[in-house]
Amino acid sequence: MAGKVKDEILYDHNHDGIDRRGFLKCMAWAGTGALCVMSGGVLKSYSLSRLPELSGKEAMGELSFVQISDSHMGFNKPANPDVAGTLKAAVDKINALSAAPEFMLHTGDISHLSKPEEFDTVDQILKSAKPKDVFYVPGEHDVLNDDGKQFLERYGKGTKGAGWYSFDKKGAHFIGLVNVMNLKAGGLGTLGHEQLEWLEDDVKHLKHSTPIVVFAHIPLWSVYPEWGWGTEDSAQALAYLKKFGSVTVLNGHIHQVMQKVEGNVTFHTACSTAFPQPQPGKADSPGPMKVPAEQLKSVLGITDVNYLQGQHALAVVDSTLA
Amino acid sequence: MRRSVSIAVVTVALVAGMGTAAISPKSVSAAAQEKPATAEVKIDNFSFGPAALTVPVGTTVTWTNRDDIPHTVVSTEGVFKSKVLDTDEKFSFTFSKAGTYPYFCSIHPKMTGKVIVQ
Repeated sequence: MAGKVKDEILYDHNHDGIDRRGFLKCMAWAGTGALCVMSGGVLKSYSLSRLPELSGKEAMGELSFVQISDSHMGFNKPANPDVAGTLKAAVDKINALSAAPEFMLHTGDISHLSKPEEFDTVDQILKSAKPKDVFYVPGEHDVLNDDGKQFLERYGKGTKGAGWYSFDKKGAHFIGLVNVMNLKAGGLGTLGHEQLEWLEDDVKHLKHSTPIVVFAHIPLWSVYPEWGWGTEDSAQALAYLKKFGSVTVLNGHIHQVMQKVEGNVTFHTACSTAFPQPQPGKADSPGPMKVPAEQLKSVLGITDVNYLQGQHALAVVDSTLA
Repeated sequence: MRRSVSIAVVTVALVAGMGTAAISPKSVSAAAQEKPATAEVKIDNFSFGPAALTVPVGTTVTWTNRDDIPHTVVSTEGVFKSKVLDTDEKFSFTFSKAGTYPYFCSIHPKMTGKVIVQ
């Protein structure tokens, strides 16, 4: 697969049931990844191979952070028998970035089965990453059997409700949301009334020019509802963010890179560090996708995000572990 | 001395006999249903198969997760709830009352099924 797809961003013109208006897909399994720079709603894209051509300041910005997702520690099936090894490779990749990220976001599914030793292993591996601060939101695999109690004890100190919170970094406002609790039969991810009220209140007094970064596990846009890849009440959350000039939404869950721009909102999903999942509707189920061992690292990856203060621009760079 | 020992033995035998008598009605009814009804639901490719299962009252249904991803079996109405099932793990529930029991996977709520007990 890696050899067939060119190292570039592909516009998807297939009309296969997904709303792809303005849809931009960064094909992570192209083997190199892509840099997407959004400025005033206009998205510029470069292949990673062109990164050296960009000036350092342009590529780095003033705030740099990295997103990792879906470590699934404890998973040991053929799709990746060594998820600890690939998480270590992700950390190596982070440590090799030219602009050292200030912190990391982990968008959930830290563990595979919510076992304490799985969380311990991830904590241990992430200790060797240069950025020391990690901000987490839970995936559905992190809250099994105990309604997320363990997750909150480990990663959610000082958060609200099931683990939602916000913080500010260099003028940008970060919001971690939880959409994996109290899922209803037949439904999608859910934020819930309490969290939505909190969100409305949290952003009420912010200037419209404040860049907003929202991160949550399940996509906050309708990627593929047939596989549960969406969030029931995300429209309400986005309505509260409408007034802002720059909103970047970072998600995981689907184990592949996808991007969509709608008005001032850029939606982006990250690769997993553990195993890939099929493209929407391209398999019988969204289960782990087995690729030849030598290709595995080309379908796993990290996401590096850079913010240029005063320019309202967030650059989202996906790079694979290959 | 010999005498008292034999009395003790008889007493034990009597008590044991009474015990047997008290238990036997249950044993008989269990024997009448010697083959308790069982049924299987397989979890494959993020779906329950069969998605709708009809069984007689008293049937024990066993779900087996055959996916590479964990799932759960959770009654929509709170009647039963499995722990998380990793690959090849099983969950069983005995349906003692007639009715329709919708359920889903609480991790992947798009996965739904029902057991109809008649």
